[in-house]
Amino acid sequence: MSRTITKTLLDGIAYAFLIIGALTMLIPFIWMISVSLRLPAEQFSRNIIPDPVTLKNYSDLFKDLPDNAFIYLTFNSFKLSILSVIGQVLTCAMAAFVFAIVKFKGRDFLFALLVATLMIPPQVSLIPDFIIFKYLHLIGTQWPLILPAFWGGAFGTFLLRQYFLTIPRDLVDAARMDGASLFDIFWRVYMPLSKPAVAALSIFVFKDAWNDLLHPLVYLPTDMQKTTLTVGLAFFQQQLQAGGKFTVLMAGAFLSIVPLLIIFFIAQKQFIEGIALSGVKR
Amino acid sequence: MDYGLKPLGREKLWLWLMLVPTLVGLAFGTIGSLFATLGLSLFDWDLINPPTWVGTENYAALFQNENYIEAFTNTLRFSALYVPGVVIISLLLAVLLNRKIRGVGIFRTIYFLPTVTSAVATALVWNMIYGKETGILNFMLEALGFAPICWLCTDHAMMSVVIVNIWGAIGEGMIIFLAGLTTIPRDYYEAASLDGADNFQQFFRVTLPLVTPSIFFQTLISAINAFQAYDYIYMLTRRGQGDSSVPVAVYSIYRNAFHFFRMGDASAQAIQLALLVGVFMAIMFWWERHYVVYE
Repeated sequence: MSRTITKTLLDGIAYAFLIIGALTMLIPFIWMISVSLRLPAEQFSRNIIPDPVTLKNYSDLFKDLPDNAFIYLTFNSFKLSILSVIGQVLTCAMAAFVFAIVKFKGRDFLFALLVATLMIPPQVSLIPDFIIFKYLHLIGTQWPLILPAFWGGAFGTFLLRQYFLTIPRDLVDAARMDGASLFDIFWRVYMPLSKPAVAALSIFVFKDAWNDLLHPLVYLPTDMQKTTLTVGLAFFQQQLQAGGKFTVLMAGAFLSIVPLLIIFFIAQKQFIEGIALSGVKR
Repeated sequence: MDYGLKPLGREKLWLWLMLVPTLVGLAFGTIGSLFATLGLSLFDWDLINPPTWVGTENYAALFQNENYIEAFTNTLRFSALYVPGVVIISLLLAVLLNRKIRGVGIFRTIYFLPTVTSAVATALVWNMIYGKETGILNFMLEALGFAPICWLCTDHAMMSVVIVNIWGAIGEGMIIFLAGLTTIPRDYYEAASLDGADNFQQFFRVTLPLVTPSIFFQTLISAINAFQAYDYIYMLTRRGQGDSSVPVAVYSIYRNAFHFFRMGDASAQAIQLALLVGVFMAIMFWWERHYVVYE
């Protein structure tokens, strides 16, 4: 009897904390949307529900920013994020397959070396990479953001290898009996069977590329036709705030997170399982 | 590990072809660049004139450089506030969500949102929320009878930046801890409650010891993220000339390399950051050997 009372009481306390916390998490998003739907004169109003509601800020984003900047920024972010996903999935999967399935000299050493690079902070590679790309005359182009996606990576390789190891090895032997080559086994057996892990990695890579600020800031010119949404928004922050146009800025901020929100709501399961996979089965 | 498919004949070539991208990445992206940065830190180079050898002078200069000392101290202060904040809050969240209550899925989604969305976009709205005269945070404080705070001025900027960074990170921590909590067998709790342990005793005697692998992992990840924190700090505290009111180590590296083109100084700072990560990892792995309970 007293146990059920304690349980109800504790559940009540748990709910109270969870709801207060959830509101704290949500308020910035609610405020962003709220401000984006206001008239500029109302930008500092304390009412959550805008009066009147207007979509003008969203159309201003496309009309008022010079030279279709917002469209270019969005296009560039999509282009770079999708190329990063393709590069990472392909190159990490190839390496993961070799490390998980094939027997060769030096395998365990190479894999340990790769995993050890997880500890190297990315800022360490930034300076030499910048110098290399400078000598290749690629600073100011999008290549320094695309090429590194095609040279594999410890995190993606590790994640996919973990998954490949769970696939029954009888399948490899069966495919071998049918005369399948190494690459066939990779491409026709392992890749189709690993869709959940590939989906999880794709989402992570897309998210990181879409949200990346440091690399576009270093490599791309502050030219709204060449750079990404993150740099563009950071740039417009100074201009629009000075011009008192928080409403347009919030419209831009909200539109910039919409693609990830959509992906997240569709693929929440893969997202969360991917994080759990990287954390538990070390 | 003794398993393994044997490559036949020309497949040896295929094997290495499939590894080429990864090997290129090791050479240019990670291991190679670690050595390159180490080498660069021994030169003075502005990318225009030829580099000049200065030995360890760049490192010695770091200890004289007030800006760098400030940045490095800020990184340590930031980490000391951020890491415990993320670990404790996300663990408590996970424990609350691990109770069999309704709406767990919705809560999980809400807490996870900031992890998905870009720091740049959310920092723009945090900037408004923190506004001194116009922000809603000060409006709420005043409504409760407190004096308004200049959230992003020098005195409070560190705290404000830490709050936003924690806000952005607890979703991921919560998932790690939820995954860890589900591996604890239910019988343990039943046995503990048969022995008369109340909820708090169960938390400290059963949950906490068995979740140490997740605490270890999350502390490690949070600390690595803390040493590299950049996006929110850039968006909330930047001033002209690449300066900031809360300059951290990454900020200093970025500014020296790409504003002042002092490649040597920036490299020495990057190496010091890598050393910080290395030392911290060593401490953590020592701690893991002694205190982390794996089943």
